[in-house]
Amino acid sequence: MPRMTMIEAIRGAMDVSMDKDDDVVVFGEDVGYFGGVFRCTQGLQQKYGRTRCFDAPISELGIVGAAIGMAAYGLKPCVEVQFADYVYPAYDQIVSEAARLRYRSNGEFTCPIVIRMPTGGGIFGGQTHSQSPEALFTHVSGLKVVVPSNPHDAKGLLIASIEDPDPVIFLEPKRLYNGPFDGHHERPVTPWSKHPLGEVPEGHFTVPLGKASILREGSAVTILAYGTMVYVAEAAAEETGIDAEIIDLRTLLPLDLDTIVASVKKTGRCVVVHEATLTSGFGAELAALVQQHCFYHLEAPVARVTGWDTPYPHAQEWDYFPGPARLGLALRETMEA
Amino acid sequence: MAVAAKKASVRSKSDGKSNSAPVAPKPVDFNKEQELAAYRDMLLMRRFEEKAGQLYGMGFIGGFCHLYIGQEAVVTGLKMALIEGDQMITAYRDHAHMLAMDMSPRGVMAELTGRRGGYSKGKGGSMHMFSKEKNFYGGHGIVGAQVSLGTGLAFANRYRENKNVSLTYFGDGAANQGQVYESFNMASLWKLPVIYIIENNRYAMGTSVSRSSAETDFSQRGASFRIPGIQVDGMDVRAVKAAADLATEWCRSGKGPIILEMQTYRYRGHSMSDPAKYRSKEEVQKMRSEHDPIEQVKARVLEKKWASEDDLKALDKEVRDIVADAAEFAQTDPEPDASELYTDITH
Ligand SMILES: Cc1ncc(C[n+]2csc(CCOP(=O)(O)OP(=O)(O)O)c2C)c(N)n1
Ligand SMILES: [Mg+2]
Repeated sequence: MPRMTMIEAIRGAMDVSMDKDDDVVVFGEDVGYFGGVFRCTQGLQQKYGRTRCFDAPISELGIVGAAIGMAAYGLKPCVEVQFADYVYPAYDQIVSEAARLRYRSNGEFTCPIVIRMPTGGGIFGGQTHSQSPEALFTHVSGLKVVVPSNPHDAKGLLIASIEDPDPVIFLEPKRLYNGPFDGHHERPVTPWSKHPLGEVPEGHFTVPLGKASILREGSAVTILAYGTMVYVAEAAAEETGIDAEIIDLRTLLPLDLDTIVASVKKTGRCVVVHEATLTSGFGAELAALVQQHCFYHLEAPVARVTGWDTPYPHAQEWDYFPGPARLGLALRETMEA
Repeated sequence: MAVAAKKASVRSKSDGKSNSAPVAPKPVDFNKEQELAAYRDMLLMRRFEEKAGQLYGMGFIGGFCHLYIGQEAVVTGLKMALIEGDQMITAYRDHAHMLAMDMSPRGVMAELTGRRGGYSKGKGGSMHMFSKEKNFYGGHGIVGAQVSLGTGLAFANRYRENKNVSLTYFGDGAANQGQVYESFNMASLWKLPVIYIIENNRYAMGTSVSRSSAETDFSQRGASFRIPGIQVDGMDVRAVKAAADLATEWCRSGKGPIILEMQTYRYRGHSMSDPAKYRSKEEVQKMRSEHDPIEQVKARVLEKKWASEDDLKALDKEVRDIVADAAEFAQTDPEPDASELYTDITH
């Protein structure tokens, strides 16, 4: 099986989808001629022409709004928002139109769009280039929210998202584009070409939305993670020697509650980790669900390890980022509780 | 400048009821003091950013760093028309704007390196700095966002009945954001003293103006809101100054907003990691060698014998010393203390 980076896998997913279905169109800022700032669409315009892969002006609201109209008529737009931090102008269209179209039209229309966007910190982007806004989308009924953590899943999930009849917010942790970054910023990241999860099938395949994967089996505590945090969790488990089971959620909406509940019932302990801020973060939803469904199996309170409730600082990036040390501490506390 | 000056014109759909449209002014020759002041200001910006580029290469600056090199005449010419209290607001290509507002090179450079002596205590980085004292309202990383804010600053001026003007800068790419037009409408409706300065450097990241804009004459972008606009050779500091005089007078006399399209060019990549595959080396070289804003002034100063080569070298040395001091500070000043994580947070 070929090995590739997450960028190549994402590009491959769009390539396969465009090849298979003429209704798939790809556009966004710098996406056509330039091939995207992270190179995710490189070569697609050459291959499919300017009518199917093209540049849009810096108009996030207009881009997403137009995509919704295209989708209502039956096209399948896969648009890129250059950084998740730029999506807010489009938020109105996403919430008020995309998420409601099916409901509002009594199911006559659906909105098969995918909005891809790089998320997360770790590149010294500061407050406007580092955010993880997933909870702003999981809070909206009518959206699906996907966060891949490796090239294999990125390709399979993106193809599934493009083929899905409803709007999908596809969040790409930018620190994972080139390798499984585990929070140890002081050392180089293993490239995907040397990692088993860098192996990606050629051609068409899907990873179903709503299905988590178990990254590491364990019996002492369940770590619920997604995106970059799954590797932080791996590092923390190794460094503390705690036999943690790590669940990579892969899709936040729909959520694979069965896998979560089965694991927590087995381990009796649960730590939730995400890079986004704590208050009203997706971790709050996870913690609530775990206590609701696993209350009599819990040996300790559900812990949350997250970014702080502040903007993402420029200088103190690694104080903000919930790395293996912070997660390790929470794991120990949860084991001792 | 070939691309701009010839076309310089005013486009305002006037029906006679609105203000009579301003005419693009001819560049007025500078006197000796003006030439030398403009030269020094632009040189400081250039050397400052060259140093920032070096520090980035050495790993002292991380993340984003958008250099303004090539565009210096724009902020410099506009600065020459300001009075006490005028506000400036811009996007993320902001280092020269801050220097033009007399903010300290040390404070700016230390912000780039993420140190506690930076204007945002190191927590903002290159794109996010402010100074109340110097009337600089940021430093904004979200394309177009500052345009609405600048409009609000202008409202505040009118409300307070001062004579101040809001200098609201944005790029050719930002000119396609919806909120720009919401702002235009309000500014014109309420006759707000705001100069919308569109720095048209022909590219928004890797996308050229022609691939993103249906109307590439940015001075016309206010036409349907009855906002007049002028195209200006933004590589000639005298042309910028002349347009700035006109625009500030326009605003201060209560005629409402005005647009200045500054036709300019950035020599460097969009940010520090830019493969620059979207334009040719020749295009960049041509602008550098034929239209450089600093070289233009230098040639005039030497020709008029207002300074000798040696005088200019001494000036360069003076500027380099300021930059060296800022760089030294930015490398030695400590990073913010961990306790800073939770300061300036709304609770
Ligand atoms: C809302 C938003 N969308 C996209 C971006 C990414 N972005 C940053 S700069 C830029 C290009 C802007 O070009 P222009 O306005 O011409 O300014 P210039 O960089 O040329 O000074 C883009 C697309 C952003 N920062 N914010
Ligand atoms: Mg531009």
